Amino acid sequence: MTKQEALGKYLLRLADTNLILGQRLAEWCGTGPFLEEDLAMTNISLDLFGTAEALLKYACEVEGKGRTADELTFRRPEREFTNILLVEQPNVDFGATILRQLFVDAFDYYHYSELSKSSDPIIAGVAAKASKETTYHLRHSESWVIRLGDGTEESHQRMQNALNELWRFTDEQFEMNEVDAMLIEERIAVDLAPIKAKWLEKVIPVLSEATLQIPENTFMQRGGREGKHSEHFGFLLAEMHYIPRAYPDATW
Amino acid sequence: MDTTHFEEIFEAKLARNEMIEPKDWMPDNYRKHLIRQISQHAHSEVVGMLPEGNWITRAPSLRAKKILLAKVQDEGGHGLYLYTAAETLGISRDELIDQLLTGVAKYSSIFNYPTLTWADIGAIGWLVDGAAIMNQVMLQRTSYGPYARAMVRICKEESFHQRQGYEIMTMMARGTPEQRAMAQDAVNRWWWPTLMMFGPPDAESPNSANAIKWKIKRESNDQLRQRFVNQTLPQGELIGLTFPDKGLTWNEEKQGYDFTAPDWAEFKNVISGNGPCNRERLAMRRRAHDEGRWVREAAQAYAAKNKRYQAVA
Ligand SMILES: [Fe+2]
Ligand SMILES: [Fe+2]
Repeated sequence: MTKQEALGKYLLRLADTNLILGQRLAEWCGTGPFLEEDLAMTNISLDLFGTAEALLKYACEVEGKGRTADELTFRRPEREFTNILLVEQPNVDFGATILRQLFVDAFDYYHYSELSKSSDPIIAGVAAKASKETTYHLRHSESWVIRLGDGTEESHQRMQNALNELWRFTDEQFEMNEVDAMLIEERIAVDLAPIKAKWLEKVIPVLSEATLQIPENTFMQRGGREGKHSEHFGFLLAEMHYIPRAYPDATW
Repeated sequence: MDTTHFEEIFEAKLARNEMIEPKDWMPDNYRKHLIRQISQHAHSEVVGMLPEGNWITRAPSLRAKKILLAKVQDEGGHGLYLYTAAETLGISRDELIDQLLTGVAKYSSIFNYPTLTWADIGAIGWLVDGAAIMNQVMLQRTSYGPYARAMVRICKEESFHQRQGYEIMTMMARGTPEQRAMAQDAVNRWWWPTLMMFGPPDAESPNSANAIKWKIKRESNDQLRQRFVNQTLPQGELIGLTFPDKGLTWNEEKQGYDFTAPDWAEFKNVISGNGPCNRERLAMRRRAHDEGRWVREAAQAYAAKNKRYQAVA
């Protein structure tokens, strides 16, 4: 694998996680628990699509085959998407949505702040912008998880159920492979081990303030890096890809 | 209590084109009329999020997706401004939403039609937002201060909505034969319901006389409808789309187009609950409200608990 190829894979991986979570959050538009929260989720979704698009454009440039960000978004098959499994999980309810968001926001918060020092100026720029946005996202998801976990009996139970379901997808965020090894050497990417330590330091106290119990002996799921997704993913893509695939010659 | 004196002050303010503010005395019927109109308007913004929201996850490009998300979000924001304006008249948002969910309050009949293809997103932006703007521009000068100010903020965003819709239609009208057919089909379906948005003809509009007298409305349904037709026809011609009305002709004398009246029986039928999507729209609003209940309750419970902790500490 050349450095160029590693960079391409790295950018797609980051972009896909943003893209797919943006798509999931967009499903809420118009049906949130109340109007202000509806707008907040749409805002986050918009930020994620913005980050995804910036990374995809750069991925196209790095690839050098003349593909566009839209082609990467709407014409790639399932197995070529390398987002983490966590973000493709269904919304279920507002509790599961906001807990999933906490996990991603906390990761993004530390990750982007490190990545904004990347030796690659384009990545550094995207990360710096995303890092600012993530500060707000994290404040939002963190405060909701605490309120819902320590709210009513019903909200507590729903949050505990969500945690039992989703915890197994959290470790994949920190997975590294030869792509990371190559790019860390070049100071393009960042080592995710220290990010994991910070992430735990952030998330564990939030969950405990929310009076939630992290499930024990959880087997951590993985596979996103190799394009091995959950069964939910095909439906998400089918919906997202419908128009460009039904009318391949059209531009919109 | 003798209100003649107050009534004179109120009338004098209207005569001087001054705004009525929440603390001012106002006739009961003026207040009722405003609550009905502003809340209907707010509900329309919020229910209007559904037909367009229907296509967000299927938007065909990243740019289109971001634009549509931002647009639907704007409509939610408009709903918020308007609920806040209605609350200044002494009614709570909870009560207003309750009226919507129980079917007591109405919302614009246009949102009871389905969005069947992506071209409908273009048609809604171009035609429906275009029609809404006609009404809202006028309402910037409505006599009730908070309503007028909400409209000023809303109008700033609406012109972007209309432009993005027209852009979608332009792209499609100049695209492949399939896209073109889709765009034309959308215009054919949305044209008549859009004309109905301005309300019944002046002669049959029960609330119009008061609304004009109180300067809540400054132009009649028919005047606004005519202006909309005059503005929209050339826009359609420019991109080669036609309108499903054989009666459309330029009338030199009135410097405007003659056009056929929409089917008012259909209009009545839709506002009385029988449009293709009335049930779906209300069911969706109810579902969102019901499924959000535990979240709202938890937020309240947590806030109450924390107050107690703070009091103890
Ligand atoms: Fe609006
Ligand atoms: Fe609008």
